[in-house]
Amino acid sequence: MSARLYRALYRIRRLEEEIARVYPTDKIKSPVHLSIGQEAVSVGVCEALRPQDVVFGTYRGHALYLAKGGDMAAMVAELYGRAAGCCGGKGGSMHLIAPEAGMMGTSAVVGTIIANAAGYAYALRYRRQDAIVGCFFGDGATEEGVFAETLNFAVLKCLPILFICENNRYAIHTHQSRRQGRPAICERARAHGMPAERIDGNDVIAVLEKAREVAARVRAGEGPWFLEAMTYRWREHVGPGSDYHLGYRTEAEAESWMAADPVRLLAEAIDAAERARIEREVADEIADAFARAEASPFPGPAELTRDVFKEEPHAAAPLVG
Amino acid sequence: MPPHPLLDERVIGREKKRKQSQTDPPAGRTLSYVEAVREATDQEMARDPSVILFGLDVDDPKAIQGTTRGLAEKYGPERVFGTPLSEDAMTGAAVGMALAGLRPIHVHIRMDFLMLAMNQIVNVAAKGRYMYGGRASVPLVVRSMIGKSWGQGAQHSQGLHSMFMHVPGLKVVAPAAPYDAKGCLIAAVRDDDPVLYVEHRLLHFQKGFVPEGPYAVRPGKARVTAAGEDVTLVGISYMQVECLRAKRLLEEVGINAEVIDPVWLSPLDMDTIAEAVERTGRLLVVDTGWLCCGAAAEIVAQAAERLQGVRDLRLRRMGFAPTPCPTTPALEKLFYPDARTIAAAARDLVEGAPTGWIPDELPEPESIEFRGPF
Repeated sequence: MSARLYRALYRIRRLEEEIARVYPTDKIKSPVHLSIGQEAVSVGVCEALRPQDVVFGTYRGHALYLAKGGDMAAMVAELYGRAAGCCGGKGGSMHLIAPEAGMMGTSAVVGTIIANAAGYAYALRYRRQDAIVGCFFGDGATEEGVFAETLNFAVLKCLPILFICENNRYAIHTHQSRRQGRPAICERARAHGMPAERIDGNDVIAVLEKAREVAARVRAGEGPWFLEAMTYRWREHVGPGSDYHLGYRTEAEAESWMAADPVRLLAEAIDAAERARIEREVADEIADAFARAEASPFPGPAELTRDVFKEEPHAAAPLVG
Repeated sequence: MPPHPLLDERVIGREKKRKQSQTDPPAGRTLSYVEAVREATDQEMARDPSVILFGLDVDDPKAIQGTTRGLAEKYGPERVFGTPLSEDAMTGAAVGMALAGLRPIHVHIRMDFLMLAMNQIVNVAAKGRYMYGGRASVPLVVRSMIGKSWGQGAQHSQGLHSMFMHVPGLKVVAPAAPYDAKGCLIAAVRDDDPVLYVEHRLLHFQKGFVPEGPYAVRPGKARVTAAGEDVTLVGISYMQVECLRAKRLLEEVGINAEVIDPVWLSPLDMDTIAEAVERTGRLLVVDTGWLCCGAAAEIVAQAAERLQGVRDLRLRRMGFAPTPCPTTPALEKLFYPDARTIAAAARDLVEGAPTGWIPDELPEPESIEFRGPF
């Protein structure tokens, strides 16, 4: 299990480090919001989910996309704006999707997908499908009206949904304490009538175990559950670098989180030979993903107007003028 | 082209004759707009279990003017339910259901309330298919109603359809006749993309011919509702009724107006409108909305682009006064175009100069029964 988790964490970390390395060349045609430092939340929760389960995420969505099983080469090609991208180059880093893996989308408008996830959960239950929804969002999203509205609806309809708040304390450059009169997010979830628990989002084993426990309860029909996973973003809000020069946070604050780096901590628990094998395989996969992205053509001009609407005529109706 | 139900008795008479002459006539009868919307919903829900219906008060005793009456009892609370007062999240939930393959119909008793749902409609529903490279579909229908009369006031009366026309990825339909109310709703439910279905409170009382079986009125096809050669009147939503009344007033002064109902505002059938204006040379578009950046502005602009240099044109728009809607009837009647002001403007357009003519007061259309709250 540890090796499997390590591969998932290391794969995301190394890919994003490579994205950051390549970014100044301007080959990547999309703003990137790196999840470096926060990978354990997505990896732990997705490990507790099943292939038929569905997740929705945020514009900081690389980790979730990969953890749920999205194709790495299609993601890199998407960042490159190429035809082989998971959205054909029309979505970019902030709109990754992998329906075949149950990754149903991300939004660049904070909080938006919370309600979409609840609607998806309604549909799963309506169809008596044996699946649940994992809904990922940040601490900033909990200030949006749609957060409160959706939690109310999820409890009202006893939806099969697990809410995961990735609390990294910052909405862009503004600390939670400057945005929330009472920064107790779990309390707000409980006030809507669902159980909620704060967990260490950098301890991937703890995330996995808790997510397994509560996902089983959600799956059993007990209704929604809420987890607040405490974590930390290492890089700038958007872009490949660091941002201590802006002065809104200190290096000292970051260092304590980096000391508890989930990737390094897990690496220490793995057999050295196995670890070397994993790291070699990941390096090959990443090199291959970038090579395939570079080899993919840009979409042709006809793609500009394609897929605004479904182009085939709609089904099964006698049409009259 | 099927008969236009707004011309009710004449149409129904013609329909009866046609029935006698055909071996396989369409079965139909006179229904109200409300009954047509309800029947379309009922038939689609019976046909397809993925169709579900929700919104504030859809299952309450008033049943959205009767358009959802009996459906909660027939299809159960999982398929038909009233929602919390959460337009944002409920629209987002509707999008999520649609992404999962359901075909939700989300109902708003006033179009004004859609302002609380703009993020989900504009940023998610409209963009889902494109932004995800064709890998997502959002087959969502959003029904909403424009209010008018009985002091609806500034926040219960707005016609905001042009806001949605502005956004690629959304279809917008504003049927005026019961025939189209049913056919367009069925088309909207079967459409694989999001459709804004715009009703008007005063149209709910219109009666007309409606076939019994299901049928779809194709997106992007306008309807010529009355033939004429002197001026083309395009009436949007309820203004279709006022344009048809204006036509009768114009006949008294020897002007024969053509009337067109665009039915679908997006996609917009400019071929039908431009072909008409190429004949008449005069276009008056009357909207139940504001003029600035509005549906009428779009139609007039497209007509001008297509026909400039082809023939001389006289163009005009009418719609809401450039103010919020006042409550008092003394001001409210000045806020809206009506058959008389439309006829006067059309005559001026035909004459090419202000004539000062204004027809005598008309009785309210008999078909409009709206006298109370809601």
